[in-house]
Amino acid sequence: MTNSLKKTLLIGTALTVLFLAAGLAMPKWLLFLSTMALSHGLVSLGIVLLMRIGVVSFGQGFVFAVGGYASAMAANHLGITDAFLMVLIGGGAAVLCALPFAPLLSRYRGIFFAMLTLAISMVLYGILVKTEALGGSDGFNVSRPTLFGQSIASEQSNWLLYSVAVLVVGVLATLARIYVDSVRGLVSLAIRENELRVEYLGASVSQAVALNYLLASFMGGVGGALTLMSLGHIEPNFAYWTTSGEFVFVAILAGHHSMLAVFVGSFVVEVVRSFSNLYFPNTWQLAMGLFLLVVIRFLPLGLGSLWTNRRKKKTTGQEGGSA
Amino acid sequence: MLALTILFDGIIYASWLFIVALGLTLIFGVLKILNIAHGSFYAVGAYVTASFVSWSVGAGMSPAWSLLFMLLAALAVSLLLAPLVERLLLRSFYGRDEVLLVLVTYALFLILEDVTKLIWGAVPYYVTEPYMLFGVLDIGLMSYVGYDFVLIGFAIVCGLGVWWGLNRTRTGKIVLAVIHSNEIAASMGINVAKVCTLAFMFGIFLASLAGALTSPMISVQPGLASGVIIVSFAVVIIGGLGSIEGAAIGAVIVGLARALAVHTWPAAELFSIYIAMAIVLMFRPEGLFHRIQARKI
Repeated sequence: MTNSLKKTLLIGTALTVLFLAAGLAMPKWLLFLSTMALSHGLVSLGIVLLMRIGVVSFGQGFVFAVGGYASAMAANHLGITDAFLMVLIGGGAAVLCALPFAPLLSRYRGIFFAMLTLAISMVLYGILVKTEALGGSDGFNVSRPTLFGQSIASEQSNWLLYSVAVLVVGVLATLARIYVDSVRGLVSLAIRENELRVEYLGASVSQAVALNYLLASFMGGVGGALTLMSLGHIEPNFAYWTTSGEFVFVAILAGHHSMLAVFVGSFVVEVVRSFSNLYFPNTWQLAMGLFLLVVIRFLPLGLGSLWTNRRKKKTTGQEGGSA
Repeated sequence: MLALTILFDGIIYASWLFIVALGLTLIFGVLKILNIAHGSFYAVGAYVTASFVSWSVGAGMSPAWSLLFMLLAALAVSLLLAPLVERLLLRSFYGRDEVLLVLVTYALFLILEDVTKLIWGAVPYYVTEPYMLFGVLDIGLMSYVGYDFVLIGFAIVCGLGVWWGLNRTRTGKIVLAVIHSNEIAASMGINVAKVCTLAFMFGIFLASLAGALTSPMISVQPGLASGVIIVSFAVVIIGGLGSIEGAAIGAVIVGLARALAVHTWPAAELFSIYIAMAIVLMFRPEGLFHRIQARKI
């Protein structure tokens, strides 16, 4: 085991334990908010993986909705109600649905990648709205998941679902950091700089793009399943383009240097959203828009740059970040 | 007969869509910004028209006046709101990554969405008075509203006008120079900042004009902007970003795809558009009319 791998695992475990412990002290509303931030952040983490290779998906609502609907249907029709199984089903279904698009998407860059992913998510939205069996535009409800065969008591549900989210996100974010530091992960950054040169060096660019897209899909699907479990409800809006827009927003807010920053960003957005929902219910979009503009204007490299840049100055220009 | 109905419906839908997409593609060409807020300007145009027209009809003026009010509404939006947005907001982001710019306009879209709700409320507006201005035409067994055909004619005039303006006038040549390379244009003494502002204003004028013209045909309500922008994205992507011919053909393809779905398989209305877009992109990855560009090694 190399030193950097050890360090990543250590930081990942430490942060997961820290978040689990923090959950014990949180009030109910904060637990719910944090669960949402974690599960949405996971989708944005997928976009960050794509950003490292130089493309941005404006349609992660697609895999988010697939993950949510698949796990909801597994719970309602197949009787699979275990939280961890539902998460796996969500992620797996998202990868399966993304698989046919991966080779197609890997040929596109820039604005075309963004628009094509957006189109895919809007096709799904169109189908979901018109499918009466899935509740049409109203969606449907799902009862609370179980944990290892035990049903969850309602006074503990917020805390338990938060803990499930922390564990899942902890594992996936650590794995993402390991992937990002691996050879394949570093090739992504090279592709972002100049993909033609990478091709001449013998690496397959389209394969790398497809792989990153599938990884992002898995994370999106898992995020969808986690969101569904704490909301207890799913609707076609999961796939709407404004939902995808928010995921991109968090990814840009976080920047592509740090995994932790994604969840900090996601948390900040959830806080801004629920506070503006509370205090100016009719103008929360306005508040979000202004917030977004301020971030893009004053933090062009994202929240992560607040702490990774400082370290970079110390360690002579190394790409780095925390787990 | 069904084929003819689909053709007419498709072309009517394509006509106003083309006017929106023309503005979108022009703004992309000059400013290199894919403007998500374009749909919001369409909605603002429709709202302002709805206010003007319901006021004028209430004051006892003939519905014919509303045509003038449509133009005034579009002018008001493009002369007051557009320069404000371009000067105060977009200018500080020029030259940044194009996906980041998409996000800036996404923020603008969110802001305008709430601002329109604050000003006009959440109740739908109906201003159907001008719709019957040009009577009804009988073609075969079907009746068509004359207004729709006027709209088609107007869209064609808009397209030809913009093409002529770009390719046959001095101002147009200057804009083309900026589209091609703003650095070289600037070094030749062209005031690029001014061209950008004017191009943005003109693009917004087209968007709000389309909103104004379609306001009698639809219910003007929240959510208008997000629906329109998604469809017009499909149009400019099909046609190739920055191409006028592309926007025209893209609008027709989208209009026909949608009309075909509406008449044969209504449940597919929403996604027929994107399937058409996906098919085009599979064969022409950068759209139908994309200029060839050199790759950087």
